[in-house]
Amino acid sequence: MRIALFATCIVDAMYPRTARATVTILERLGHEVVFPSGQTCCGQMHVNSGYLPEAVPVVRNHVAAFNPADYDVAVAPSGSCVGSVKHQHPMVARSAGDKELEAQAEAVGAKTYELSELLTDVLGVTNAAEQLGSWFPHKITYHPSCHGMRLLRLGDRQLNLLQSVGGIEVAELPQADQCCGFGGTFSLKNADVSSAMLADKAENVKATGASLCSGGDASCLLHIGGGLSREGSDVTTLHFAEILASTRENPVSITGDVLVSGKAAR
Amino acid sequence: MSTYLGMPTLPVYGQGNLNAVESFPTAARRELKNEQLRANLGHATHTIRDKRLRVVGELPDWEDLRDAGSAVKESVMARLPELLEQFEANFTARGGVIHWARNADEANEIVRDLIRAEGVDEVVKVKSMATQEIGLNEYLEEQGIAAYETDLAELIVQLDHDKPSHILVPAIHKNRTQVRDIFLREMPEVDPNLTNEPAKLAEAARAHLRRKFLSAKVAISGANFAIADAGTLAVVESEGNGRMCLTLPETLITVMGVEKLLPTWQDLEVFMQLLPRSSTGERMNPYTSLWTGVTEGDGPQNVHLVLVDNGRSAALADEMGRSALHCIRCSACMNVCPVYERTGGHAYGSTYPGPIGAILSPMMTGIKSEENNSLPYASSLCGACYDACPVKINIPEILVHLRSVDVESKRGTRKVPTQMDLLMKGASWAFSRGRNLGLLEKGLPLGKLAAGRKRKITKLPGIAAGWTQSRDIPAPPAQSFRDWWAKEHEGSAAAGTAAQGEKRS
Amino acid sequence: MSSAREEILERLRGALKDAPAVPDVPRNYRTGVDAPEEERISVLVDRLEDYKAGVTVVDEAGVAPRVAELLREASSYVVPQGIEEAWLAEADAAKPNRRRNDSRQAPLSVADLDATSAVVTGSAVSVAETGTIILDGSEGQGRRAISLIPDHHVCVVRAGDITMILPEALRRLDGTRPLTWISGPSATSDIELERVEGVHGPRTLDVIIVRS
Repeated sequence: MRIALFATCIVDAMYPRTARATVTILERLGHEVVFPSGQTCCGQMHVNSGYLPEAVPVVRNHVAAFNPADYDVAVAPSGSCVGSVKHQHPMVARSAGDKELEAQAEAVGAKTYELSELLTDVLGVTNAAEQLGSWFPHKITYHPSCHGMRLLRLGDRQLNLLQSVGGIEVAELPQADQCCGFGGTFSLKNADVSSAMLADKAENVKATGASLCSGGDASCLLHIGGGLSREGSDVTTLHFAEILASTRENPVSITGDVLVSGKAAR
Repeated sequence: MSTYLGMPTLPVYGQGNLNAVESFPTAARRELKNEQLRANLGHATHTIRDKRLRVVGELPDWEDLRDAGSAVKESVMARLPELLEQFEANFTARGGVIHWARNADEANEIVRDLIRAEGVDEVVKVKSMATQEIGLNEYLEEQGIAAYETDLAELIVQLDHDKPSHILVPAIHKNRTQVRDIFLREMPEVDPNLTNEPAKLAEAARAHLRRKFLSAKVAISGANFAIADAGTLAVVESEGNGRMCLTLPETLITVMGVEKLLPTWQDLEVFMQLLPRSSTGERMNPYTSLWTGVTEGDGPQNVHLVLVDNGRSAALADEMGRSALHCIRCSACMNVCPVYERTGGHAYGSTYPGPIGAILSPMMTGIKSEENNSLPYASSLCGACYDACPVKINIPEILVHLRSVDVESKRGTRKVPTQMDLLMKGASWAFSRGRNLGLLEKGLPLGKLAAGRKRKITKLPGIAAGWTQSRDIPAPPAQSFRDWWAKEHEGSAAAGTAAQGEKRS
Repeated sequence: MSSAREEILERLRGALKDAPAVPDVPRNYRTGVDAPEEERISVLVDRLEDYKAGVTVVDEAGVAPRVAELLREASSYVVPQGIEEAWLAEADAAKPNRRRNDSRQAPLSVADLDATSAVVTGSAVSVAETGTIILDGSEGQGRRAISLIPDHHVCVVRAGDITMILPEALRRLDGTRPLTWISGPSATSDIELERVEGVHGPRTLDVIIVRS
């Protein structure tokens, strides 16, 4: 299968290893991965902040970069960005009165999957240890991001994949379904409320005794990790794709300053 | 009062207690510092969330009921003028009297005149959002008429000279000890040894209100539903204060928003399954009363209904947002909202707090009214409200829509663009071409440099300072994924063969 | 007639100038559940007990003794016109001069009702799944005030009037009658969301279910 990777802007710029892990997993399953070089961002920051006209060129760029004729499916390691591609892009096109763009956006959205959705529903991965050789001998906890949970209805797909990794221990996160408080520009415009939400999330993460918190959205992980770091906590965050990519032979290097597998991360 | 002169200029916005008088972030900052408030709210909202989930889980057809409820309300909005006329004809045929009020002032005057016509200067009230919205109690007080709230939580709030903070449990921000202290202070006849047990407090409220109920000549209520094909009104309650008000006085004045209609008696079977489970988390609320005009020899013989617009027609005119009018005031959205849970209802300013208030208030007043343009931003868009809404109002989508209404309303009005404007413009440029973003990403090593040896960024200027007030940013990588990919696939025509077991940085 | 009326209707018509479609209402929810009488009774009992109502299930002959037992401590009780006289025979005989009759034509005053300790009524229809008893003011159920002011409500429910779910019950009712739906004694959850039974409505609800 020819799979077009939508890295998403935050992963592209801040967490390139999440995208590389995604490539690794898909290639391990024998698929061809392409990276459409014209891609940028899903534009949800614009939409969610009320700047619809500014979102139009972003959507236009995305549908041009991801011409459905060029690949079998597209994938992104983010529930939120996939939610935007599927739900917001056609709406942005409608707001601009561009029927052709709307149709293109619908077509791209229909072929775009969140990573756990692609792995579980399309590629038939049910046991990461067996099918991907995933090995990660650490105690983690897991935060299900809001958009994956409520916009894409991912259910336990990410969690199930994580639980099937060799050597892993997944501690249940109390109040897991509560938003971490990121919300894009919400974290700037309503910084106090956002911080209060983050503080509770960080408290719950620490209460699990896990050494890191995994999830499926780099933005939420940046937020939770940023809060934990500010509190001086040793607990860090890591995208589930990187945990799936980790093997006995090639254990993952992780973000932050935490030691994993006896190696300092870089 | 203005008179009708042809087609009114639309939209006509509402007035009354629908405005945030300070911006949401400012109000929220203050409320967040109130530890007692946060503890009370956290306890209460989590309790009711669990109850709701339990009783909703019992029904095998919950989603079918939501689908039906949503469609019924959508059809109500599409047929509103016709259904109002149908309701009016049926209610009037059975001896009820209908009054129409364009706005809060007009509604208040109608109610005052009806009370004065009965020659009384005090009335009992059963909890009603519509009368909160129009500021009826304050208005009547100015006019020399005392309005006694009879719902326990409304009584607590009224005795404490406070404002409701939740549409179902107006005193949700107070705990039992605070309630006890208010009763001791404000009820002259109360036992000075009153404890803080909820049962004892309820008993004190019963004793306090009993004489009022039994002697009241006029009662004022809201209504949960108005059934067009029957001409029937419904009030859903728990304590029996509603039944007291709706049954014992000679005169009953009901104040209701024009959107509260249901087309048919059959539709009630949907909503009376959705509402109790969504609001109090009960299979059914203790009491529901329904009346159709006047019943001879049973209950009030003078039955009035004041139908209020007050900005509802303006909300209806917004094609993208009109489903906000589907709201049945169950409060499930605020009970699950992580923002409401932390700020409480007062931070929203309006009578309607929480997620539904954040869309309804600015739609009814217009986005430019006072500080209401800050309300659509009072959400992380987590979507919990949409999942909980029994009539499937897509609150996150309407929040985003109203943000764009706000941004558009300001375009071209400022001499100097805001930081947010500049950020959005810049990002629009960067994200409109892969090459533009690639160019910017060449600057990542600068960020790494800024992060320094601690490998994190702890302080940013301008609007980004909101981020670094409680969060660090990790040092960015030396190289973007885009760059890595390009180098890895240099010379390879078919970009798409990342080497297996690639080296990691 | 009223200018406000015309103007509001005009505003609403103006707001709908895009002529939104009127959707068909999907009614895929349950509209009836077939269940034998014993099941309907047992679900109703369970729900009423959850609401802290007292419940007994009897045969027709068991009503009178149960009513008498429940009214043993009552200094007075009110009954509506049309009440099944057999239900009251034992209570009336146990202590004379306690019974007061109420009708639309000869209503007791609010003060009289306030001085009355209990009320006995029949009921129109009940919903097992939600523990709801509905009174519609017809014969044997009375004016709304009589089942409200006395502090103890004894309510007789015939098994044949119990439906499993709400839609079945509403289809048996005339919506234009004055209806009172009762699901347990009065209650409040206004203080810390903790449910407390007994506020302004009757603080004690006793239900007697009569098997067919």
